[in-house]
Amino acid sequence: MSASLLQIRGLSKRFGSQTVLDGIDLDIPLESHTTVIGKSGTGKSVFLKCISKLLQPDSGKISLSDSEAEFPQCAYMFQQNALFDSLTVFENVALPLRETRRIAKSELQENVDDLLAKLDLQDASSKYPAEISGGMQKRVALARALITKPEIILFDEPTTGLDPQRKFAVFDMIRNYRKRFGFTVLMVSHDVPEVFGISDQVAWLDEGKIKYWGSPNDLLAAPPSELEGFLNPKLSTEAPAL
Amino acid sequence: MIGRLGRKSVGLVSELGELAMFGAHSMTSLLGQRHVFEKLIRSIYEIGVRCIPITLIVGLFTGLVLGLQLYYVLTKFSSESLLGQAVALSIIMEIGPVFTAIMIVGQAGSALSAEIGIQRNAEQIDALNTMRINPLGFLVSPRLYAALICFPILTAFFDVVGIFGGYLTGVEMLGVDAGAYWNRIYESVSLKNVGDGFIKALTFGLITTTICAFQGYFTHTKASVPGARGVSQTTTRAVVLSSIAILASDYLLTSFLLEK
Repeated sequence: MSASLLQIRGLSKRFGSQTVLDGIDLDIPLESHTTVIGKSGTGKSVFLKCISKLLQPDSGKISLSDSEAEFPQCAYMFQQNALFDSLTVFENVALPLRETRRIAKSELQENVDDLLAKLDLQDASSKYPAEISGGMQKRVALARALITKPEIILFDEPTTGLDPQRKFAVFDMIRNYRKRFGFTVLMVSHDVPEVFGISDQVAWLDEGKIKYWGSPNDLLAAPPSELEGFLNPKLSTEAPAL
Repeated sequence: MIGRLGRKSVGLVSELGELAMFGAHSMTSLLGQRHVFEKLIRSIYEIGVRCIPITLIVGLFTGLVLGLQLYYVLTKFSSESLLGQAVALSIIMEIGPVFTAIMIVGQAGSALSAEIGIQRNAEQIDALNTMRINPLGFLVSPRLYAALICFPILTAFFDVVGIFGGYLTGVEMLGVDAGAYWNRIYESVSLKNVGDGFIKALTFGLITTTICAFQGYFTHTKASVPGARGVSQTTTRAVVLSSIAILASDYLLTSFLLEK
């Protein structure tokens, strides 16, 4: 396994009396794909929001392996894409660059056009998000995430509500673009086992703690007994909670 | 009973504090923004230009009614010649700023609250945070400054059209002398009166835009139900609270300004 990009130690988050994250320790290797799996409502999205600083953890530390470096440029892919519906595809993708950096108009145009072409979105450039398909919206959201050249992209359940065929298409998209652009992926998902095909390592989040961490192959070869029911619900005698 | 009243009072004071902090942060957040002029122009269009027709229509009818009402009151004292003064001072000092603010809240304030509320629900505000774009600076600050520019200008439009409405009923319909109407306005309306009206307009602009943006921005915590109904709830609340705030602050400002 390559060197860690991020080290998460003792991360905890409570909402009132409910402890959602209870001292999470996890290393995110550089240029790898790490997927956090777990049942619905176990705090996977909360975990991701703590990493992206959308939520303030109650305790714990998120640090870099290289303490000299700046906190990595981080991008976030939301479940429902969170595109601005009154901006065109071009304007959506250009937004982070336009609002955070001093950049010439021609350079901005060139950067966005180039990225849209790489993601096969050049024909949708002047369309609004509502005028394009769900798959294209995902790619627009990915383009918006990639435009600032982030080191790490956080994916919050990117396949929620998609049929199996589209699910695989989204996973393929993530795998292909990660290879092409070389970013680190931290994803949360409950699409098991489909997500194992694109993950370098899997972490199982349950009852606020990471109860398993390792490669998906190891997990499938010898799953811990308490994970078996989650991996193969048909074999489980207990009905999963809805 | 006393406990509940105490909790409500503490809740109200706490919310007023949050509102004040929100307004202060929004005011200062424009500093770090890029393309400020472009955002300001767009906000001036939304708040100012689009509210011109409604302001002019309401201003005209208010002036017409005021001219009619005041004429019959003044006739009882044989003082019809004071009509111009009565219409102009009522409009410039009270009715103009208050009605204009209520009209803008109805048109632009509700739209602002709903738009920001929908953006909150669609995680667009979170998306701005992850892109390191200050959501207050991006969404609220330009609107706040645009309101400070537009409220006095629209109030001036209302005043002019309202006084003209009073002229139409008083002079053209009821036969008050035109010279007396305009001369009384010229003699009685001072720059202080106009300035006081603009102070009110500025205050209403600041307060109502902050309330509308605040309700939309925190729709996820302020509404008792999530989703579209939550946005509708906070939008309604934004308009109601803004209207109450306009009338309450009008009373306070009038007391303060008349004493000076």
